[in-house]
Amino acid sequence: MSGLSISRRGLLTGLSVLGTSAALGACGAKTGSDTSSASGAKADTSGDTVKVGLLNSLSGTMAISEVTVHNALLLAVKEINAAGGVLGKKLKPVSQDGASDWPTFAEKAQTLITEDRVVATFGCWTSASRKAVKPVFERNKSLLFYPVQYEGLEQSPYIFYVGATTNQQIVPALDYLKKQGLTRLYLVGSDYVFPRTANKEIRAYAKANGMEVVGEDYAPLGSTEFSTIVNKVKDAGADAVFNTLNGDSNVAFFKEYKSAGLGAKSLPVLSVSIAEEEVKSIGTQYLEGQLTAWNYYQTTPGAANAAFVKAYQAAYGKDKPTSDPMEAAYTSVHLWAAMVEKAGSFDVDDVKAAADGITFDAPEGKVTVDGATQHVHKTARIGKVGADGLITEVWNSGAPIKPDPYLKGYDWAAGLS
Amino acid sequence: MTVVLNQSFTGISIGAVLLLIALGLTLTFGQMGVINMAHGEFIMAGAYTTYVLQQSVSGAGVSLLVALPLAFLVAGAMGALLEWLLIRRLYTRPLDTLLVTWGVSLMLQQLARDVFGAPNVQTTAPDLLTGHITVGGVTLAGNRLFILGLALLCVLALTLILRLTPLGRRIRAVVQNRDLAEVSGIATGRVDRTTFFIGSGLAGVAGVALTLVGPIGPTMGTNYIVDAFLVVVVGGIAQLKGSVITAFALGVLQSVLEYSTTVSVAKVVVLVAIVVFLQWRPQGLYTLRTRSLA
Repeated sequence: MSGLSISRRGLLTGLSVLGTSAALGACGAKTGSDTSSASGAKADTSGDTVKVGLLNSLSGTMAISEVTVHNALLLAVKEINAAGGVLGKKLKPVSQDGASDWPTFAEKAQTLITEDRVVATFGCWTSASRKAVKPVFERNKSLLFYPVQYEGLEQSPYIFYVGATTNQQIVPALDYLKKQGLTRLYLVGSDYVFPRTANKEIRAYAKANGMEVVGEDYAPLGSTEFSTIVNKVKDAGADAVFNTLNGDSNVAFFKEYKSAGLGAKSLPVLSVSIAEEEVKSIGTQYLEGQLTAWNYYQTTPGAANAAFVKAYQAAYGKDKPTSDPMEAAYTSVHLWAAMVEKAGSFDVDDVKAAADGITFDAPEGKVTVDGATQHVHKTARIGKVGADGLITEVWNSGAPIKPDPYLKGYDWAAGLS
Repeated sequence: MTVVLNQSFTGISIGAVLLLIALGLTLTFGQMGVINMAHGEFIMAGAYTTYVLQQSVSGAGVSLLVALPLAFLVAGAMGALLEWLLIRRLYTRPLDTLLVTWGVSLMLQQLARDVFGAPNVQTTAPDLLTGHITVGGVTLAGNRLFILGLALLCVLALTLILRLTPLGRRIRAVVQNRDLAEVSGIATGRVDRTTFFIGSGLAGVAGVALTLVGPIGPTMGTNYIVDAFLVVVVGGIAQLKGSVITAFALGVLQSVLEYSTTVSVAKVVVLVAIVVFLQWRPQGLYTLRTRSLA
């Protein structure tokens, strides 16, 4: 008897030991980045190559998504080098693994800036990692190009936001639902900054546009038990579900959704975090006919996209899909190169001054940098998941939408931020 | 009324998942007192077994049925190997066992990432299990019914093995009094390994079932390991019926609370309820009564 009860106490003590060591690790990482700050090391442009930093999670829970972004970044660097480099200098990519851990991101950003002395850094995925590295780039006056759609309400002088902000993804998605007559919405999201902020914006939009939010539920990140949430959705009498779940939770959610007898025909789900790669890992069996909102799909027409898809699949495998964040990452390197060429210098201030009006014939169509917000004009596209796992466009905004990260141009958004 | 019935079924189906993932632990942790943090990775091994099998065998239904015994063997063999290589050297040192098996769990996760890639993989479920039937307004999902049946079947099989077979008698003897079992001529080392084999194998079976409800990826085991330990600790170690009752009670509690509040609040209330319960009954729901003096 006593032997058994000791083992249970052992479990609790042991778990607390693990917890403590994890906490210590985090503290260590934080102090590491703090002590090596404020040196303001200049980027090294003396040789005939310059280094560019690639900061992605190559391990941990986010690796599933970020490895593909990393691949797309490498592809863009390779293309630029093949075309003669930037200002006559070849680019040398330096990869650092953020390991899906936010303090690690901050530490590695510092390493890239002070030790590798990179001229610019590309990467980050989650808003949490972006928020973690933001002070590092600002303190060191170094540039980060961020490739993923996000919740808006942010504008750092040292970050270029190449993914969509709210008015280029979520607002057009709501416009689309309204136009389809789907006005009673159920909001389902993961419990962290992006879904909570996005849903606040959706509620404000709904109120001003005669739509109704009939329910709102959050699941902890990584949660895989959705039977009750799906029951609630089913009972709420909604016309559509607006889904801001992230990562693995989507798999469990859509499996539950189907076994509860729901589907694209009876109750469509519009998702903002499911791209081609995620469709593959959830299974088209569960997703066929459901809606997504992005700025790019693998099926987006145009010669630039055909070339991008072909080059990517030649480098990484015939069956590898391309997705919106990958495309934005690829585009971000080309945009930066064009800025440097226009500025005639790698200097951060010169590059920022040259940014406004830079265009690139991207796979998603022509994109233009907005110098004032350091965001990009992008076309919004609503897509439908097909039986082959690819997403085809069913609607687009017609022209690139001017970025408006603080939603200043929308009366209903006045109370937000 | 329909809502209540629907939620009761949801609660029971959550309970069935909990029971299935905790069942193996009732043996390795409950009976043997080994804190095996790699238990979740045996669940993962079972899930990947289903995936690999489906790549080679056509027919979702057939591959699922074949996967059940195969996953049992694969995860069981991994468990027996772990026991033989590491755990048997650490029986008197529970804290070291915890750290070592946690390390093994990280290694197995990385191994899965290297072999199968970082992205999740997917299996196709047979049509029968992705559909549902409606009885009196209550939606009974096919996959949930399957898991419920599987969980009950496993409990039944385990009970029969422990109660009626010579192996079960030896396992119980070693748990109740290791020294006396040893002097009675039982090879306790071999019994330990067999127990660990069965316990880990059950984790593999749970893995097969989980492919029907959740993602299959390198870190899937970590989603379930804490819940599994909770069930065994609350149920009272060394007793199967404690785990069965706890799993269903927690499932129903979780689903009812979740319906009236939110997921996070429900989780918090369930955990608080568990803490309060353990203050009142630190030994768990059921305990093993023995005549040993220890």
